[in-house]
Amino acid sequence: MANLGIYIEYKNNNFKKSNKEVLSFARKSGRDTFAIVFADDISAIKDELKGINKVVQVKAGDKKYQPDIYSETLVSIIREFELKEFIGINSATLKDLMPRVSAKLDATMINDCISVDLDNSKATKPVYAGKLLCDYKVIDDFKIFLLRPNVFSGEDAEGNDPEIVEKSLLDAEIKTNIVEVIQSESRKIDLTEAEVIVSGGRAMKSKENFKVLEELAKVLNAGVGASRAAVDAGYATPDMQVGQTGKVVNPKLYIACGISGAIQHFVGMKTSKVIVAINTDPEAPIFKKADYGIVGDLFKVVPLLTEELKKSL
Amino acid sequence: MNIFVCIKEVPDTEASLQVKDGKSINNEGLKWIISPYDEYAIEEALKLKEKLGDSTVTVISVGSERIVETIRKGLAMGAEKAIHVHAENTLDNKIVAKALSEAIKKQDDYGIIFMGKQAIDDDAYLTHIYLANYLNIPVATNVIKFEYNDNKAIVEREIEEGAREKIEMNVPCVVAATKGLNEPRYPSIMGMMKAKKVQIEKYELSDIGIDDNNKVEVEKLYFPPEKPEGKVLEGELEDVVKELVRLLKDEAKVL
Repeated sequence: MANLGIYIEYKNNNFKKSNKEVLSFARKSGRDTFAIVFADDISAIKDELKGINKVVQVKAGDKKYQPDIYSETLVSIIREFELKEFIGINSATLKDLMPRVSAKLDATMINDCISVDLDNSKATKPVYAGKLLCDYKVIDDFKIFLLRPNVFSGEDAEGNDPEIVEKSLLDAEIKTNIVEVIQSESRKIDLTEAEVIVSGGRAMKSKENFKVLEELAKVLNAGVGASRAAVDAGYATPDMQVGQTGKVVNPKLYIACGISGAIQHFVGMKTSKVIVAINTDPEAPIFKKADYGIVGDLFKVVPLLTEELKKSL
Repeated sequence: MNIFVCIKEVPDTEASLQVKDGKSINNEGLKWIISPYDEYAIEEALKLKEKLGDSTVTVISVGSERIVETIRKGLAMGAEKAIHVHAENTLDNKIVAKALSEAIKKQDDYGIIFMGKQAIDDDAYLTHIYLANYLNIPVATNVIKFEYNDNKAIVEREIEEGAREKIEMNVPCVVAATKGLNEPRYPSIMGMMKAKKVQIEKYELSDIGIDDNNKVEVEKLYFPPEKPEGKVLEGELEDVVKELVRLLKDEAKVL
């Protein structure tokens, strides 16, 4: 059986929650498992790595993510340990990094999997923005799968401590020169990984009005999203768009405020565990798709909800 | 500069899709469009051409005979040249990227290659990175801002938590567009007339040495399970909101 590689996202002492899902998947895979972490100090996440056979720790020093160097280093580790199967989180970083690795190794890759069957070399992925699902068969010994966050179960780690192997970053010709990282004014919660999302549609009427949603989001530790109508009207920025030509999200709770529920929006959020809709129009299609609906003016309902949650959380 | 734009034909975002034979969508009666992210790519290419002068924009696409019409839409927006790599069968992302790279290598010279970060059919998010690797040139994904100065592409790409990475790359390079990069123009009547007259350069896969041995095969295409209809809470707003919080906690257990 092939050795399974796992990319662990651990940066600035932030261990991404979805690492648990990828690690759980690996522990249950019946394979020899190799977790690769680019970090100088992994003592704080030792317990998370229990039950994995080997940890390859790449000491990166003060060098931040750089795709040419990271991909070169990862390719050499994958070759050395013969990691014919490889998994990671379907995150912005790995969507940038892993296709480079896939090209260099001539491995076959599938992003955004909601189910992976290593034994039968199959993966399921939403296509057409989630309007349809596709079962793919990979006819290749060498494969890489990225797992959609919040889909796979992330059980707590158990098992023996792994053996740790240290490596350092390789030198590589830098073709992509990262000049700077521009942080946003407020650190936004990443929608694709958020557990709760509060979204606004055309009925928000202005950019300023999104404050109402931000206040609710604060109480719920939620990300703030928007429909295409709200983005196109300039009420929200494109990175907030949920749906086709925007982000596909998968939170536990999705609260749609003043969103009618066009198919292009719905396909981007329908796998949310629970959908709440708030809309003045009782005929809005969103109510057919929501678990709980409230017919009413979002500018009245949302502040009430914020207050109620403040009291009870 | 010889600017290239890789485009893909996809069903209109408004289309209601049907599955045929359990493996593909029913093409009958579908309206086809340029994948929206590729439209941002075309727009950025045209803007660059307008800025530089003395440049050509060539659209290139891999697909069946049907896609010629979509290629002409790219020409109608303002591209001057077009390349059609003909393949009737669906190809996996790697083969498409190889075909694009071989067809581009056949041209005299290439500068910046624009394309969408993903096509809105398979949503793969792979082809642009594969293409750059096969051409051995740099690539920036998820690009929301583009500038060109001193033979360098300076881009901003969206990363996580609302942050952006500013990247400098030598030309040639691949720039993969996301929404927010620009507002694509509509084709003008004049553009549509011109587009009809352009001779599209056509390659068969064999002309450029490409085997169509897919390593990824579609086994089954199907609709996800429907969500059961939920309930609309009725009553005074204050009470309804209280009830919602209770339901989210006790029934749905998501709080």
